[in-house]
Amino acid sequence: MHRFANPARFLRIARVATPLCALLGLALLGLGLGWGLFYAPPDYLQGESVRILYIHVPAASLAMGGYVGVAVSAAVAFIWRHPLADVAARAVAPVGATFAAICLISGSLWGRPTWGTYWVWDARLTSMLVLFFLFLGYMALANAFDDRERGSRAAGILAIVGSVNIPIIKYSVEWWNTLHQGESIRIIGQSSIHPAMLQPLLVSWAGFSFLFAAIVLMRMRAQLADQLVAARAARLAGAHG
Amino acid sequence: MSAFLALVGRDLALRGARGGLLLPLIFFALVAILFPFAVGPDPALLARIAGGVMWVAALLAALLPVDTLLEPDRADGTLDQFVARGTPLALVVVARTVSHWLGFAPLLLLTTLVASALLNLPAEQLPALVAGLAIGTPALAALGVLAAALTAGLRGAGGLAGLLVLPLALPVLIFGAGVLTAGPGETTAVKLLAAASLFLVAIAPIGAAAALRAALD
Repeated sequence: MHRFANPARFLRIARVATPLCALLGLALLGLGLGWGLFYAPPDYLQGESVRILYIHVPAASLAMGGYVGVAVSAAVAFIWRHPLADVAARAVAPVGATFAAICLISGSLWGRPTWGTYWVWDARLTSMLVLFFLFLGYMALANAFDDRERGSRAAGILAIVGSVNIPIIKYSVEWWNTLHQGESIRIIGQSSIHPAMLQPLLVSWAGFSFLFAAIVLMRMRAQLADQLVAARAARLAGAHG
Repeated sequence: MSAFLALVGRDLALRGARGGLLLPLIFFALVAILFPFAVGPDPALLARIAGGVMWVAALLAALLPVDTLLEPDRADGTLDQFVARGTPLALVVVARTVSHWLGFAPLLLLTTLVASALLNLPAEQLPALVAGLAIGTPALAALGVLAAALTAGLRGAGGLAGLLVLPLALPVLIFGAGVLTAGPGETTAVKLLAAASLFLVAIAPIGAAAALRAALD
């Protein structure tokens, strides 16, 4: 891990990896979405509206993976004072929040024709909503302080406490939901998805994942460049002052 | 232990002197009183929502004094003095949690009796509400102290504290409301509420102490 701790080495790798991830992501996403939206079969029950699946499901999994990424990066930054881990945690959070928002919005639009409503207090919807607010809390706290290091440590602690709490929140929401309404809505059965739908889903999922990686790398490079500019400005001010 | 008791006593005396002890209660009562104006005075409707309304009001009341829980002591150097004396920050944080809880919860439980009359809470739900609040409020106090430690040194931290704490307090709210609607002999909700509350009381001070250490660096 410490091989990649050096920002200069990271930047050398990231400079190549960013366009690679971006192009691969866009290509796979175009392929997956084109396949899913135009060629995959419609659902026998939901008709054409099932096609929102190809955006909704990757967004949901990336939002959850994003929070794990923030929490792990925050823990690494907190324990080893790893300089890049903090940059990574800050870079992942807004992207994860955006994917959580995409998941909520696409799910809401999907719910209108299939369930007849934009929102139900289903356990999974509620958990995703809470996850979205956990992202927002992390971002708000990380950027609230004038001192960047202080914001990073406070937000890191919040992310770690939040990740420890996520299983309890998830479990409590499921318990609450079964308490209040008898039947639960299941979008997809356990293994009932047909290969004709699964294949484009996997392609578009891979495309979203590479795009996620590319955006995170871009944001990390931008943060490192900002730090460089600030350091240079401080040095110049010192030299002239 | 004597240091711990001295810390709790000092916090309570200070908050009493600043007049901060009654504020959460008045706030709690006001939130409970606002609801009938918003949803209408229909007794059946009020009876249905009374318990949940009081849980939300208690949650907000626990967050109300977040600005004054740790920030004054950080700003005037008291916390630095504790560190210099070798008092562990974890002890300070636990003492602050205890004093915060003593500062709002016992009186809030008494206020519940008045508010339950105003909101037409069904009589059979009152023991469940009081017991649930007694079990759940320590977790709310611990989360309040955590939010205070995370936002120490920020101006206008109150709104941010709400954003940080409310998602984490969700299990306590859910299980607390579950206790209200549990039938006789059903103890699952009480056990889950106690477990969630104990867990938060155990982990929140660890996070708060770490956050305070970062704030004092």
